Amino acid sequence: MRVCFEVNGKAVEVDVEPRTHLADCLREVLRLTGTHLGCEHGVCGACTVIVDGAAVRSCLMLAVQAECSSVVTVEGLSNDEALTPLQTAFRKHHGLQCGFCTPGMLTTAHALLTDEPDADADRIREVLSGNLCRCTGYIGIVEAVLEARVAYRKTPPR
Amino acid sequence: MKPAAFDYCAPATLPEVVDLLSAADAAVIAGGQSLMPLLAFRLAVPSLLVDLRRVPGLDTIAIDDSGVRLGAKVRWCDIEENDRLATAHPLLREAVAHVAHYAIRNRGTVGGSLAHADPAAELPGIAVTCDAEIVLFGASGERVVAAAEFFTGPLSTARQSDEVITELRLPAWPERRRWAFREFSQRQGDFALAGVALFYDGDAQGRAHDAHVGVIGACDRPQRLPIVEAILNGATVGDVLIREAAALAAQAVDPPADLHADVAYRRALIATLVERALRAAQARRP
Repeated sequence: MRVCFEVNGKAVEVDVEPRTHLADCLREVLRLTGTHLGCEHGVCGACTVIVDGAAVRSCLMLAVQAECSSVVTVEGLSNDEALTPLQTAFRKHHGLQCGFCTPGMLTTAHALLTDEPDADADRIREVLSGNLCRCTGYIGIVEAVLEARVAYRKTPPR
Repeated sequence: MKPAAFDYCAPATLPEVVDLLSAADAAVIAGGQSLMPLLAFRLAVPSLLVDLRRVPGLDTIAIDDSGVRLGAKVRWCDIEENDRLATAHPLLREAVAHVAHYAIRNRGTVGGSLAHADPAAELPGIAVTCDAEIVLFGASGERVVAAAEFFTGPLSTARQSDEVITELRLPAWPERRRWAFREFSQRQGDFALAGVALFYDGDAQGRAHDAHVGVIGACDRPQRLPIVEAILNGATVGDVLIREAAALAAQAVDPPADLHADVAYRRALIATLVERALRAAQARRP
């Protein structure tokens, strides 16, 4: 089936089987391998992308359901030349070790802070509870998201 | 973890949806947050998916004197963001706050949760506890099913394969009602090992009447516990009665055993949750 949508600001047209989930479409068809696939049934959060402004599990959405949508992946968070304030804060606070969960952490945190730049530590923990990290634990990640809030207060949502 | 192949349609009207459902071994998809895992595990292998995403008018939250009506495509995040529900149906709002995680709440829907009918899911529990009605649309038009008759077992409902859920209707919520929702899950956002939703109104003498006590994760479907409701009705809710109600609830349920909790554990959990919920409801200033 042919599907047209937008990824990181660019219009794309893909030809996929209806059963192809959005994560496979992004990784295998569009070669955007920043989006990681962990569990493929909605538990781990590694594949989280932003669809029409909302964080969603790309393994729990079919590519054909993305028709006419605007998708932002981890590749779309920065302009490839410099880290965003959120990414900088992750590095500073050791918010990643192996990096497998990081794309999902970043997209989830970006969606959260875009909507709620004043989210407190409890809210951040509640939201990130849907994203599993198996190496660093969550303290550095939560500290990074807390520190990045200031950048979202200053800049308008992208 | 890849679904088996299927065809896909996204029709623009309900009659087209029903036509497609009756023509094939089809499944309805909206947010897909319950169906997609079933497809990934190949526990569901439909030949056709009928997507509701282009069908208009199923995404409204209507609040009036008759109660709250939730369209089938209303998402958890829509309920979370609707401030009027804080007074129009506080029990619904509190229960829905426990559903899944942030990203799943952005796509998971009312209709999907009802159709999936997990015995531990919050919304089916609220529907049964509150005597809600579920509206179905099929080839012969609309029909309305009481929530108590809609859920027939684990992942089983009275919905026919060519019917689609369009709405959940919750009766009006009086202002001074006492209520509470309590559940226990191993991690934030997980399905509960068990949960309790309850409410009752008070008469001029402070006695409870019209008590509704519903449980999730405690039987093969969400259920009310009439035996517990009976001892609350007409009585003043105090320490002794609360403990008696908790003990009765533990006997009245028929919980499943699994890797995480055996039958005795779940019975004890139900007793604790009923006790905590009744204390919270009684402490609530009406």
